[in-house]
Amino acid sequence: MARNWEEFFIEKILLIAAISSIIIIIAIIGFVVGQGYTALGTIGILNFIFGLIWNPEYGLYGIFPLIIGTLSVVAVSLLFAVPLSILGAMFLAEVAPRTMRRILRPTIQTLAGVPSVIYGFFGLIVLVPFMRTHFGGSGFSILTASLILTVMVLPTILSISEDALRSIPVEYKEASLGLGATHWQTIKNVIFPAAIPGVITGVILGMGRAIGETMAVLMVAGNVPLIPTSILSPVRTLTANIALEMGEATGLHYNALFATGIVLLGIIIILLLIVNWVNYRQRVTIGGGYL
Amino acid sequence: MENIMQIKDLKTYFDNTNVLKGVTIDIPKHEVTSIIGPSGTGKSVFLRTLNRMNDVISTFRKEGTILLDGEDIYDSKVDVVDIRKRVGMVFQKPNPFPKSIFENVAYGMRVHGAYKKAQLQEVVESSLKNAALWDEVKDDLDKSAMSLSGGQQQRLCIARTIAVEPEVILMDEPCSSLDPISTTKIEDLIHKLKNDFTIIIVTHNMQQATRVSKYTAFFLNGTIVEKGLTDKIFIEPEDKRTEDYITGRFG
Repeated sequence: MARNWEEFFIEKILLIAAISSIIIIIAIIGFVVGQGYTALGTIGILNFIFGLIWNPEYGLYGIFPLIIGTLSVVAVSLLFAVPLSILGAMFLAEVAPRTMRRILRPTIQTLAGVPSVIYGFFGLIVLVPFMRTHFGGSGFSILTASLILTVMVLPTILSISEDALRSIPVEYKEASLGLGATHWQTIKNVIFPAAIPGVITGVILGMGRAIGETMAVLMVAGNVPLIPTSILSPVRTLTANIALEMGEATGLHYNALFATGIVLLGIIIILLLIVNWVNYRQRVTIGGGYL
Repeated sequence: MENIMQIKDLKTYFDNTNVLKGVTIDIPKHEVTSIIGPSGTGKSVFLRTLNRMNDVISTFRKEGTILLDGEDIYDSKVDVVDIRKRVGMVFQKPNPFPKSIFENVAYGMRVHGAYKKAQLQEVVESSLKNAALWDEVKDDLDKSAMSLSGGQQQRLCIARTIAVEPEVILMDEPCSSLDPISTTKIEDLIHKLKNDFTIIIVTHNMQQATRVSKYTAFFLNGTIVEKGLTDKIFIEPEDKRTEDYITGRFG
């Protein structure tokens, strides 16, 4: 009997653990939506999302410049990070000797574990003055924030892409080499195309990290809530907006910050749905084949 | 009789594991040579040494010489890519690329620099005809190769191999995952292909060896026990171990 009771309790504890994490997430989302909902009602969804001016002192709550800020920082950082990660993943998966891979892979993964405030601090002390001297302006800009973000999302995209490249059956590689293709032709024409769904998953997860990143971006982006005119313009992102103003906000302003959170959540959920869809397709096209 | 490949005292190692322990054999041109023997005796390693496929494994090394048309394929001046073009390979499991039927056959030509659509189309058609697959797929060239049956996929892999016009085709148990009807089709195909190509086929199927090949070599523990005309080996083998194997007493 004692055994059965033990089994029973352990199963229930596992169940509670699983359910509680779901409940916590739902509670957080519910709270954010609840707090932000009234602001969306008062301001109007279209006025809120497409409003061009964010100035709480005058009652103007338009987050369009912040959306543009987030999108531009994310887009430019992916422009750097995606090619770099894919080429790095190809090197690690296909070219690097075993010992080199054993050193490089943990090193790159360590990059993902560095607290974001450290990246921000480095950006503030080193990168911002560098950009000011060599590119002009204040040094706080889309470009500066993107460079920091590039380093931060690189490990995510690179290691997922590497896993995807490694998971391609060796039979494809041998078939290509057996036809007299060079190693690079094989990577480019066979291994990489077959790994694209996995690479896309990596890119989207990296994108999710870039969108959600707050502290490092806040420290180097300049935080001016205006639509940027060039890559050297300062911008404010959605996340920075919440972090910067949450301390002193009250009333409608306070609720408008939660509404900003709703928009962020919406963007992230859409990205996660895309990831799940791509993963599904990957199973169908590769796992469903003969190999 | 002309020999296209001459293998002399071939020994292979992975790290310090010795697989082939001195293999010497001549491969006659435009004939089919079967390699038979129990599992784990180095048949596949031997085959993959002939197109330098083992080069991919960093711990691999070999001793002895392999001549193709009198030229040492492991010579430092020889381009491995060129060797693999001249010595094609068909694998145990059909492994078409996850691309269209057309692109599978055109792949070899594309990587060797052919890009004119008309030229590609011509070679794709003639290769598929040679591989006895054209009539089954001529209206579906843009369909994924994955939609074909296992036997069709293997004939597609043969078409893909002959499209780059190799001199020698290595086949590593090409029928082991196929049903009897598909196997018959591949065997018929091998008969036809020997007019244009030299074929070396590894097989576990004794009947297959007698059906498709003029010459046979019996491998055991990394050496060749007996080699010669297939008819002779199967009817009056000289070595007791060969006789035991072909009569099914071990292996």
